[in-house]
This record gives sequence, C-alpha cells and structure tokens, in this order.
Amino acid sequence: MSIHPIQWERRGLQASLAVLSIAALLISIAMAVSIGEMTIPLATTFKAVVNRVFGAGFEISGIQEGIIWSYRLSRALVAACCGAALALSGVILQALLRNPLAEPYVLGISAGASTGAVAVMILGFGHGVLTLSSGAFAGAIGAFALVSLLAAGSGGSHDRIILAGVAGSQLFNALTSYIVTTSANAEQARGVMFWLLGSLGGVRWPDVYLAAPVALGGFVVCIFHARALDAFTFGTDAAAALGVPVARVRIVLLGLTAIMTATMVSIVGSIGFVGLVIPHAARFIVGPGHLRLIPASVISGAIFMVLADIISRIIIPQQILPIGVVTALFGAPAFAFILYKARRAV
Amino acid sequence: MTISVKDARWTASGKMIVDGITLDIEAGQMLGLLGPNGSGKSSLLRLICGLRRVESGVIRLGDDEIGLIPRAQLSRRIAIVEQQATTDAQVTVNDVVRLGRTPHRSPLSQWTMRDDAAVNHALESVGMLEKRAQSWHTLSGGERQRVHIARALAQTPAELLLDEPTNHLDIQHQLDILSLISRLPVTSVVALHDLNLAAMFCDRIAILHHGRVIAAGDPGTVLTEELVADVFGVRTFIDRSPHHGKPHIHFLAAHRS
Repeated sequence: MSIHPIQWERRGLQASLAVLSIAALLISIAMAVSIGEMTIPLATTFKAVVNRVFGAGFEISGIQEGIIWSYRLSRALVAACCGAALALSGVILQALLRNPLAEPYVLGISAGASTGAVAVMILGFGHGVLTLSSGAFAGAIGAFALVSLLAAGSGGSHDRIILAGVAGSQLFNALTSYIVTTSANAEQARGVMFWLLGSLGGVRWPDVYLAAPVALGGFVVCIFHARALDAFTFGTDAAAALGVPVARVRIVLLGLTAIMTATMVSIVGSIGFVGLVIPHAARFIVGPGHLRLIPASVISGAIFMVLADIISRIIIPQQILPIGVVTALFGAPAFAFILYKARRAV
Repeated sequence: MTISVKDARWTASGKMIVDGITLDIEAGQMLGLLGPNGSGKSSLLRLICGLRRVESGVIRLGDDEIGLIPRAQLSRRIAIVEQQATTDAQVTVNDVVRLGRTPHRSPLSQWTMRDDAAVNHALESVGMLEKRAQSWHTLSGGERQRVHIARALAQTPAELLLDEPTNHLDIQHQLDILSLISRLPVTSVVALHDLNLAAMFCDRIAILHHGRVIAAGDPGTVLTEELVADVFGVRTFIDRSPHHGKPHIHFLAAHRS
C-alpha cells in the first residue's frame, strides 16, 4: 500500500515546521551568497545586507560588498523565486488536471518559451524591440494556448492534456533545433545551448524586481484558492457540486501558471523537474490539503533551487554547470520513484 | 414539493438525452429513478443539481429557478453523490467528508465548531466515525460510498441526489446503503437499476425511457408486467411480497424466437 503522509498532530509542531523551513530558506540563501569562487564569511554577508537595508555602516571591503550585493544575492533571490513559482505551478496543474505528472515542463510550456527565445536571439524577430525575455514569454503563452487547444479538441480528459503536452514539447523542441541548426553560428549555438539548460549567470536586480512580485503574487492568489483546489480532489464536476465556480477558478489559476512559468523561464531558461518533484515531496511531508501544501511547496521549491544553484557553481571547479542539469540530475530519479509509486497505487 | 422539473430538455453531441421531462418531487420522500442504460437518469440528476444547464424547460428548487441560484448557495441546499468517484490523492475519510463544508466557507474563513459538528454528524449517520482517520485507498467499495454520502450530508442539504449508489456493491452493502438513504431526514432522488430494491425502499418511482418519464407514482401502481416489458424488454411476473408487501418482480426466461 502506498505511503501515508506523516500526520502532524499538534498545531505547535506545524508552527515550528513553518519557522524551521523559513529559517532553512534564509540559511540556504545566505550560503548561496557566501559560497563561490571567492568564499565570503556568513558574518560579512549579514553585515553587507544590514549595511544596504538599514545603512548600519559596518566596515567591509568594497569588492566583497560588490560581489554580495550586485552579483550573488540577486542571483540567490531569483533562484528562490523561480523555484517557488515553478513548484506552485506544479501544485496548481496537478490539482486542476488531477494528474500527478502535470507540470509546466511536461506540458510543453518551457519548450515553447525556448522557441520564443531562440526566435528572438537568432532570427532577430521583433527587430530589437522584443527582448529575449519577452520572446520567451510570448513562446510560453503560445505553447500553453496550443497545448490547451489540443487537449480540449481531443476530448479534454485528464490524460489527454499530458499527451498534448508531449506533442507540444516535441514540436517546439524541433522548431528550436531547426532554428539553431539552420540559422545560428557556432558561438550563438553555444549561447543558446546554455540558455536552454537554464542559467542564472546574467541575473541582476531588475530580474529580482520582476521575479519576486510574480512569485509572491502567485502565492497569494493560490492560497486564496486553496480550498477550491481541495474541492477538485474528486474531479471537476465534484468541485462544481461543492459550490466552486469551476470555470472562473480554472481560468484564473491556469492563467497564473502560464504567467509564472513564462516569467521564470524568460529569466533563467527552461528548468525541468522542479514543478514535478517538489509538490510530491511537499505532499509527502504535509499531506494533500492545499492550505499547507502550497506554502510547503513554495518554500521547498525555493530551497531546492537555491541549493541546486550552489551545487551548479561548486561541483566542477572553475566551471558553472547549467542549473537545469543539476535539477534534472536530482529530479530524474525522483520522477522514476513517482512513476513507480503511481504504478503501485493502481 | 421541493423540486419541480417542467419540460426539461438537454442534448449532448446532438443527441437528445433528456427529452421533455416533467417531474415533481415531494419533500422528505425517496424517489427512485429507473430506466435502462442511456435513458437519461444520470443526466437528469446533473440537471437538477445545476451541474448541467437545461436547454429548455425549468427546474425549480422550492420557488427558485435552479439556474438563477448562485453556485455556492445551491451547494448548501442540494448535494449529489456521483457514480464511482475516486481519487489518487492520499486523503483520509475525514479529509473527504470535510470537503462537504466547502460551500459553507469563504476562502479564508476558519474551521468552525459548526463545521466540526456537521462533519461528525455526517460520519455518525453513515457509521464511519471510527474509521475517520483511515486512508481512502484502504476502504472497500461500500465504505467509499458511505464516505461519499457522509461528504454530501456534511453539506447539510435538504435534497440529496444519488447516481446508482449501489453499483458494484455486494448484496449486503446494497441493502445497507439503500436502507441508510431511506432513513435519512432529507428528500432523496436515487438512480437505480435493481427493480426489486427500488420497489422495496423507494416511496415513489419514476420510469425513464429515451429521455422521457413513462410512468411515475408509488411502486405498486407503476411497476406492471406490461411496462417492464415495454421499457426493459424482459418478461416478468409481478406479485406482492409476503414479507414487506411491496411489489416483487420475478424475471422470466426470454422468449425463444
């Protein structure tokens, strides 16, 4: 029989779990700031942040402050937002589509974003008006629309959308490869390759100002719909029979998923497995109720991405691994584990 | 009367599924919907609880037209137990029954004593109070059906609709579920296949055929050999049961042609 979520019996335990997980997120961000080619003590990191935020005026070297503030902190914050938003998208899609394998990457949204980005980067669509990010954004929305139409046209059942997603992914990946092989020079091809695998390399503060509101807003909207998501446990009709305005909830939450995924992919490239694995891991700890599952997924997603970023920077000396490679290296075995469990549950 | 259906029509993929049904359901009664597969029983139930919209005709709940009642308000009044609804989620009996409180709660409201009382009462009515912490996936078919009924009762409805609640259950559980429904202090509409069980438990029955009501009334007058032959295409001999006084349907071997 399948494994039951641990029953947290006392509210005190829940509260301490919440405090602990937020502390773990802050510590992992602090570690991400401290660890790197130049190791910076945690105390210095703390001083630099206090200096900036409260103007405390601690004595620290300008180089260290520069690395902390303009490079590593923004990078860690974007990683956290990105992990949170992708995990949140996974939670929403898995609940609404009632399919444990649903996530933005599997549904082809990330592939669409890649095609959009590559079209701008290499073909020069938009003649400089469109940035790479907006190209990715447009691609993600386009892919989402196409996969939704395909799923609706084929009967709209919950397995269909996964099949439609697979078809969409293949199509957009093929388009991306077509553009790269026919139009890109060697240097462009290498740049695209890195972008496609996910890269936090060029991330700076303006990206934080974009990613943070999207992740935070997504979280708030999602928490507001936690009970509606619970009501989907036995399907769409069951949710409607429980008084949930199904059409409105679907439009709001699927739209939110598209916006969150498109934003994150446009900043860091396509990163798989976070949206798939994190909700399952969180469900394992706090159970299926969305009022707890949503915050748990957001925080674990954020921690996972920040840690994945640290690993991507230190696992090979003098070289940064694309973060998508790290998330997939950990995500693929977890994916296999879920498939195995899903088979046993039938 | 609580629910009144007037000339309701509904089509799916160009096929008329509900073809002008008129039916009145009186308060506190248990109405059995009988009819062959595809006769429109499930569709009628969905129309009554507002999951589908009638294309023409009117369905009223008390004095109000179903289509004009806000979704959440409707779900506080009327609950449905659908066929074989299941889930992959790792939910407990308690989680499922708590879902029944959804229409009573706003997105951010706290769980109240009233919610708690409704859930406890619902679990008690179906005899699942001791198993409330058990996982959904460890329950038998009969237990799952009871939990669904408890979830519906937690909505504290005045009307309860059930779509073939005895499907795939062994005979003991079939009797068990139907006597449970007949004891509940609500108006209930139950789609059924077993004519004898319907005759035994329902206060009234309505026979559906090709999306129309062929006959409606108390089981003793509605269930005749001619009608069963017309609608279900089987030969029967019907007499009164010496045990409960309700009609008893004996099925006879088909004609050799």
